[in-house]
Amino acid sequence: MSLYGNAKVKNWRYKIKGNFHFSHSPSPIRNVNDNGHLLGITKPRHMIYLHSYGGEAPFFEGLSQGKLLGTRCDNPGCEYKGTIYQPYRIYCPDCLARCTELDMTETAKNRGYIHTFMTCERSGAFNTLDKPIKFINIEFEGVSTILMSYLSVGEPKIGTRVIPIFKKIDPSYTITDLSWVVEGTQADQLPDGFSF
Amino acid sequence: MIRFTENQLKTPQFMRPVYLVTAGQSKFDRAIPERKTEELCVDALTMAAELVNLTPAELKGYIHSCYYGHFADHFGDQLLGEAVIHDRLGLDPLGNVGIKTGGATGGSTLWEAAKTVASGYSDCVLAMGWERMDEVPTDEGNFLISCAADKDWESPLGHIYTGYYAVMAQRYWQVFGKEEDSFRKTLAEISVKHHGYARMNPFAQSPMKITVEDVLNSPVVAYPLRALDCCLMSVGAACAIIADEKTAMEIARNSDIKPLRIWVTAGSHTLRPADRRPMDIPLLPNETPDLYEDLENRFPGAGRYPGFSAFLGARMCAYYGYRMAGVNDPCEDLDVIELHDAFTISDIQTYEDIGIRPYGQGRTYVESGDCYHTNPKTGQPGKLPSNLSGGLIGCMHAVGATGIMQTFEIANHIWGIWEKIHGDENRWKAFRREKPADWTNLQVNGAKRGLAISHAGVGSHVTCTILMDPDHLLKQDSSF
Ligand SMILES: [Zn+2]
Repeated sequence: MSLYGNAKVKNWRYKIKGNFHFSHSPSPIRNVNDNGHLLGITKPRHMIYLHSYGGEAPFFEGLSQGKLLGTRCDNPGCEYKGTIYQPYRIYCPDCLARCTELDMTETAKNRGYIHTFMTCERSGAFNTLDKPIKFINIEFEGVSTILMSYLSVGEPKIGTRVIPIFKKIDPSYTITDLSWVVEGTQADQLPDGFSF
Repeated sequence: MIRFTENQLKTPQFMRPVYLVTAGQSKFDRAIPERKTEELCVDALTMAAELVNLTPAELKGYIHSCYYGHFADHFGDQLLGEAVIHDRLGLDPLGNVGIKTGGATGGSTLWEAAKTVASGYSDCVLAMGWERMDEVPTDEGNFLISCAADKDWESPLGHIYTGYYAVMAQRYWQVFGKEEDSFRKTLAEISVKHHGYARMNPFAQSPMKITVEDVLNSPVVAYPLRALDCCLMSVGAACAIIADEKTAMEIARNSDIKPLRIWVTAGSHTLRPADRRPMDIPLLPNETPDLYEDLENRFPGAGRYPGFSAFLGARMCAYYGYRMAGVNDPCEDLDVIELHDAFTISDIQTYEDIGIRPYGQGRTYVESGDCYHTNPKTGQPGKLPSNLSGGLIGCMHAVGATGIMQTFEIANHIWGIWEKIHGDENRWKAFRREKPADWTNLQVNGAKRGLAISHAGVGSHVTCTILMDPDHLLKQDSSF
């Protein structure tokens, strides 16, 4: 089998290597209630995309290093100066000035609690998380917004204090590298690859 | 606390009166493997022509520009599907554009259509919406739907949109529902009602005669929501013809159809619920600030508005729409409504967002019996019947068509043709569906004014369509 597609950027251009698409033949769909007449076909499709994180790239790199980065508007002319954002916003949603990056790992460890949650038994295709998925939305004191993530250890409840954990070993460089556990969870209870 | 400017909160205005002349729709079903999308769109347009006793060619002769609502290109694996439909409907050389705003796509299509006529650009336009969700298995369908969430921050979390949505339901359930069994039963009653009304609708995909216990015993999807609390995935098309007064009267001249005044407004809120920031509650005409002074005391946790329990987009489209059309109190001023019941709980949330009940009291709209065609408590007509089509839970959610289906349903009541459209034996047969022996006419007698809410996913886009018999307006057209 030929190389599975991967990419890097050199001189501000994508350099791709390997296969980015895989071909398979369509097959007929027939109506068994109507003498097997042709109704349509299957359409196989398997392809790889390239995706840039742009100005949010530090956030995703940070997760792999055990850091939760947020941002703050420091524009003195902004009506909402000082507002802290998590999710990380590249630009202030009000004045559109470039936000200042903040390491809010300590805030998250000490001042995060569950605003709401949902335990979900189902997932869509391509899901990588264990089911049931415990979605949680985390409110931080002093932060304007409410981050969506998932709880790996403990039972979700509104108001419960939660602590972030990070997939520093074999990270996926996606939002799933960040997860949470209820306060009091021990290091040996964390899922594979995750640490505080 | 974020604030909005006076410019942002200005009451929208049309430059001239706008009319819904006619409309039509196809059968709705989970899968329609024997027919292409264009065939369903032809069904819808042909029906619209028949209602005003014109041939499709005659009706097409009035259309000047076209608005196509189709949300998910990737479901059908056809980019620019709008151009395919436009071609198959034979509408060259007219300008046309595709509209996509998630679950609100149908409502947004009407919004664009109405503004085009209001501005004077066109005297008559086509708004056509469709969706085809049967070309992938359900789990791939869930993946494709999850692509409507933020792809870096949310979609990788399980690729299941229900999860992103249901956290808001959970918050409402705990703060406003107080996790009471009685509240859970009220949610179940909504599903019983909508599947039950779907039994009277030949277009509907999920007619069911069920009980509250059946809903409470259906499989958990995302607690407290169960399978029967959730809307459908559908295939189907719906269309509407929108025109100025002169053209509307001309199109309808050989029929019993009386063109209806139409207003459409839209609101929005963050695609990522995570980005919601606190604000004061924007008040509707029937609300005063003191109404919510002690909301946090009555419902601990309700103090942060809209938080995760209210939909600002829904509130804002009503905020704009009620002022535009002169609606003061929806329960007093309107006769019939269709809401976007994606889930039973979001149906209740919408009652509050659009002022049918104040925040925190949505459940009483169901518990009072006001939302029924016939109030089960009194045997009298319901005060403001909702979702007599069966809604998204009982009739369909063919995304791009949904907001247009709802509007057509409301128009049926105001035109007084609900029985003719829904009771026709031939239509039941043509759709290979059996008309129930206890079929009941759900016509709201004497309906003059109605409303439809079309809502996207986590509340990112919401539209409010208001229809009125032009002889029963609430506000004079002083500005035209
Ligand atoms: Zn700013």
